[in-house]
Amino acid sequence: MGIKDDRELNLPLYSTTSDLDLEEGTVINNMKINNTQELPSDDLTSNADLKKSAFVTSIDFLLNWARKSSIFPAQFGLACCAFEMIASAASRFDLARFGAERFSASPRQADLMIVAGTVTWKMAPAIRTMYDQMSDPKWVISMGVCATSGGPYYDSYSVVPGVNKIVPVDIYVPGCPPRPDALLYGLMQLHEKIKRYSIKGKSAGNDV
Amino acid sequence: MMSKALSGKEIENLLKGEFKSSIESAGEDFIYIQNNESECIKIFTFLKDSKKFDLLNSVTSVDFIDHFCVVYRLTSITQNETAVIKIRCGEGRDNPTVSSVCSVWRGAELQEREIYDLMGILFTGHPNMKRLLLWENFEGHPLRKDFVS
Repeated sequence: MGIKDDRELNLPLYSTTSDLDLEEGTVINNMKINNTQELPSDDLTSNADLKKSAFVTSIDFLLNWARKSSIFPAQFGLACCAFEMIASAASRFDLARFGAERFSASPRQADLMIVAGTVTWKMAPAIRTMYDQMSDPKWVISMGVCATSGGPYYDSYSVVPGVNKIVPVDIYVPGCPPRPDALLYGLMQLHEKIKRYSIKGKSAGNDV
Repeated sequence: MMSKALSGKEIENLLKGEFKSSIESAGEDFIYIQNNESECIKIFTFLKDSKKFDLLNSVTSVDFIDHFCVVYRLTSITQNETAVIKIRCGEGRDNPTVSSVCSVWRGAELQEREIYDLMGILFTGHPNMKRLLLWENFEGHPLRKDFVS
């Protein structure tokens, strides 16, 4: 654009961080170029056709019941949706009724990522890293239209058009922001989904 | 009590004594001063120290298509007055440059970085002139009128 490159000025503070900034910028630019396709989430329709023994189904039932009854969400919010998420965790709506009261401070101890808010390209590498750090099985709820499709910022130069370009999403909760009831309903839908996993089928959250 | 906004004439009168040659024009409630790097810093230091404009409310910029303009909003808390100073960044859209006021008001640092990031105006003498909101290697400056995403 005809702007003089600020690196030519060779200012002291800039020179100490420029390599890091450049590295970060390259990662973000690559992500913006490469992540244009929607990542598919687990397709569980085929699991119903699997020939299951009574043994497998009872193991499945027990395992899925245990998993769905104690979901640990990762504790992070990106924008205004985070307040609705906080409200649903607080006493009036009480996420604890669905076994998800323990918001995990570390992604390594979490198995549900609630992407609450607008995802910018600058945030995208951090979200992908968080998802990779979560241990299997793991699920993702995309909360609000911003995380689902970019929402009002669709086509913006700095906003990811849907977090499903970055991580595979299991449940989409629409709304701007969704009320806590909607998030709770999304969580209940996730419970229904988790019930359909089988140890003979695909496990949740594997990379595609 | 609401602070009094100085008219262009009043701001001109403040600067008339020492910086008569640096005043470009006076508008209804603002003045344009000339984009002269050393002179600008002197004017802002004078306003801060002698005329008690101790608070820089904001630094913003405007894209007038044929030129860019930087707007400084100053407040004097002791005298309860506000003033608006504008600097035209040369003619044309190439290499708009003004001097940084970080040495006068430290609070300008992040705002000037934001202007550089989104409008592409370079501030000389800034301690850390790099993008603030967007990432390195981002193509273009999005708040410019000719930016197409």
